Amino acid sequence: MTNAINVPKTHPVKVSVRGLNFYYGSSHALKSVSLPLNLNKVTAFIGPSGCGKSTLLRVLNRMYDLYPGHRAEGEVLLDGENILDPAIDVNALRARVGMVFQKPTPFPMSIYDNIAFGIKLYEKLPAAELDVRVEQALRGAALWDEVKDKLHTSGLGLSGGQQQRLCIARSVAVQPEVILFDEPCSALDPISTAKVEELIEELAEDYTIAIVTHNMQQAVRVSDYTAFMYLGELIEFGETDAIFNKPAEKRTLDYITGRFG
Amino acid sequence: MSDHIVKSYDRDLENMGRHISEMGGLAEKMLADSMDALIGLDSALAHRVIAADHRLDSLHREIEESAVLTIARRQPLAVDLRECIAAIRISGDIERIGDLAKNIAKRTLKIVSELQVARAAVGLRSMHEIAATQLKDSLDAYALRDIDRARMVWETDADLDALEDSVFRDLLTFMMEDPRNITFCTHLLFCSKNLERIGDHTTNIAETVVYLVTGETFPGERPKGRGVNYVEEAGEDAQ
Repeated sequence: MTNAINVPKTHPVKVSVRGLNFYYGSSHALKSVSLPLNLNKVTAFIGPSGCGKSTLLRVLNRMYDLYPGHRAEGEVLLDGENILDPAIDVNALRARVGMVFQKPTPFPMSIYDNIAFGIKLYEKLPAAELDVRVEQALRGAALWDEVKDKLHTSGLGLSGGQQQRLCIARSVAVQPEVILFDEPCSALDPISTAKVEELIEELAEDYTIAIVTHNMQQAVRVSDYTAFMYLGELIEFGETDAIFNKPAEKRTLDYITGRFG
Repeated sequence: MSDHIVKSYDRDLENMGRHISEMGGLAEKMLADSMDALIGLDSALAHRVIAADHRLDSLHREIEESAVLTIARRQPLAVDLRECIAAIRISGDIERIGDLAKNIAKRTLKIVSELQVARAAVGLRSMHEIAATQLKDSLDAYALRDIDRARMVWETDADLDALEDSVFRDLLTFMMEDPRNITFCTHLLFCSKNLERIGDHTTNIAETVVYLVTGETFPGERPKGRGVNYVEEAGEDAQ
């Protein structure tokens, strides 16, 4: 493997991916991928369509379990525990590792219930405490001031950017440890994008974050570490500043400067 | 480095490089002509040098504008971004070199009636030779992305500094010999300072070339060749 990992191992690691292979049926989508997600840092996955970056993200909370014929081999250690172990409680895992998708996916219910729904799945809280948690989550997603007077109207009535922040609030509400973002801004206008990016920066104080993005400038802006993937392989992993200034691999340089043939 | 998926991106970067070459050629000619004008006390040539600076300034503005536009339009990364930054920096250095050559030409116009100039300006001619070589080497280093040549320019600038020191002493002797020499020798002193500064700009270009190619800057201080002289005593050390 040519996995070039140029990061000093001084930072505490939250998630450690080791020798990960992934198959969609007979198609080999990830080839011995190894990389860390450092604690309270933002790691960006970049690469052309079909390179396996979204697949990698979906392995991190076993989203692939939802589909037959998908299987992962290798290890993904979350605080040292292998989450690929079939014995692991997948629901508990997904509470620890939250996910925000490309398109906002609010439930067809009120703003309040969008948040409360997830919390109620994992915890039985008295109404007053639930109110506090909903407010905390909405504040955490920088949405509270915009929705506090219409908590009981439908979440579907919000703008695209607000809906996306509602989904982030929903992820935050169950108090996860890791949040996965799969192209969270690709359907948003520049102002909503800026708000989500600002939010990601704030969230990194409390959570470990992985983000898949096709927008190179976004990766530069929001991430501390960047992984460049191509054809299912991890080509290069390193500090974002280094990757976008002088990458070690020519394929990385070609991709980030728009020279990919 | 070419071969962007978007062809016009390649053309933007190539145009910037071409304009820098044009500026470089112009500055080399201005420098050579200003020295010929000074040594030959040729006021017509000095006027031509002064006039040529206009073209250099407008090229400088064009390069800056197109670099800024490219950054805004393409959001370049890695070597492409350094390409734009290097164009801004190098065109700025060349523009300053043109200004300094123009200044030599302006001073020439003030001393054309002094018959002693050629004798007093021998040291300046040597300084000019070094400065012109450094300018050529730094421009070649940029055109060829040659960091060894850039490093050479960076390291040999000390020679120019040392020579400036000896020119200073020579001119001082002339001034002590005859107070009537003071006016033109003062102009020549400024000319020698200009040549020394041209050398500094060529080392800036060399540093930029290394940054462009490697993404790193030279570590540490540039070697200095100058002993104790009036400039350091006054606490001024132009880079």
